[in-house]
Amino acid sequence: MGGLLKSSIARKVAMALSGLFLVLFLFQHFSINFTSVICQDTFNELSHFMGTNFFVQAILQPILIFGVIFHFIMGFVLEIKNRNARTYSYVKYNGAANSSWMSRNMIYSGAVILAFLCLHFYDFWFPEISHKYIHRLPEDPTRYYEETVVKFKDLWRVILYVISFIFLMLHLLHGFSSSFQSMGWNNKYSKGLRGFTVAFAIIIPLGFIFIALFHYFNQL
Amino acid sequence: MKLTLKIWRQENKDTKGKMVTYPIDGIEGDMSFLEMLDVLNEELVEKGEEPVEFDHDCREGICGMCSLQINGEPHGPNRHITTCQLHMRSFKDGDTIVIEPFRAKAFPVVKDLIVDRSSFDRIQQAGGYVSVNTSGNTIDANAIPVNKHDADESFNAATCIGCGACVAACKNASAMLFTSAKVSQYALLPQGRIEAVDRVKAMVRQMDEEGFGNCSNTGACEIECPKDISLENIARMNREYLMATTKG
Repeated sequence: MGGLLKSSIARKVAMALSGLFLVLFLFQHFSINFTSVICQDTFNELSHFMGTNFFVQAILQPILIFGVIFHFIMGFVLEIKNRNARTYSYVKYNGAANSSWMSRNMIYSGAVILAFLCLHFYDFWFPEISHKYIHRLPEDPTRYYEETVVKFKDLWRVILYVISFIFLMLHLLHGFSSSFQSMGWNNKYSKGLRGFTVAFAIIIPLGFIFIALFHYFNQL
Repeated sequence: MKLTLKIWRQENKDTKGKMVTYPIDGIEGDMSFLEMLDVLNEELVEKGEEPVEFDHDCREGICGMCSLQINGEPHGPNRHITTCQLHMRSFKDGDTIVIEPFRAKAFPVVKDLIVDRSSFDRIQQAGGYVSVNTSGNTIDANAIPVNKHDADESFNAATCIGCGACVAACKNASAMLFTSAKVSQYALLPQGRIEAVDRVKAMVRQMDEEGFGNCSNTGACEIECPKDISLENIARMNREYLMATTKG
């Protein structure tokens, strides 16, 4: 991989491709989660399918985990390289005059999302792995809804989720359309893409916030 | 106009520099920024002090020689101009102006506000040219038809004066806008297509070797560029590079 990613452009393209893959996953994740506020049975059915389907579990899940790890490691590698490119900082640097806060602080929004993923894995992924592969408990297709909503009983957790989704929004606001630029896609449709980026980056995280708040207030 | 200047002073590339404060009076709004520095230097020389070294040449916004990070922005607060085109009417009486050299590992400070931008020359030398048979059989470039759109795009890319503001503005000190402008100006013309694959690979390799950072697509370079070089050039270079890598 080191050879493939030797050039700065190759590293940026790899970053863009892994980011777009995660955006696709995010949309799929949101679509399934949103059914939890509409229909308990549909949510259970879809979750059961995702949790037991061989293609999803044996092929897509490892690819997803690789994509997540790759995106984060590459993000930190690029950050270190970029910091090394300016060994002496400016006394006065007016970044706000020529670029957005989101574009200048992707590493920080990304770090918050990474911290959130640790909590999210602790909440859902590790218990799921433990249920299926460590304790080898019998499969119950109706367990998913209850296991999900119970996590949103604690206010502190809901607050952490909401904060994380706000940082996800900031990350997506720059990252989505930026990934197309990295891959060489800048043309008459780019303005439309930036509009779609803003809509997607706001709607999806707000949707996740709505789901978390819905289940919290539903259990009061 | 009475101003306070905070200027980076550094004896040479091996010594540590520091910000030094200079009060200055009698500055007219019609003076250019460099003329204001000339006034300061005359005062310093009269006092027997070392004048502030800074790069300049044509003072018409053409040569790309002047630089300076002024109040945190390359070429100062105005858009699409170089430092020599910046006038003191852009500042107010009593202002404090922070003046620093362009900062990048690939632009080491030579003295005070002068940086060594020869890394740009080496990127250009790596592939920013077309090979032409000059043995007497040279074909007139105008004999090859070029569509207007490509000619205009190529010309726009070629207006890059290589001042380094893109690197100075970028939070990563990336030279992608400069390199992509040089790649684009040839890639868009039939004369440049012949060596396009080798050119983009060689120029990107040199850019990376010089120690410039990666592009984060913040767009700061495009905003601060005195010649309004577009980010489309970076996308074009990325496409050129990706296609070139598939060709071995």
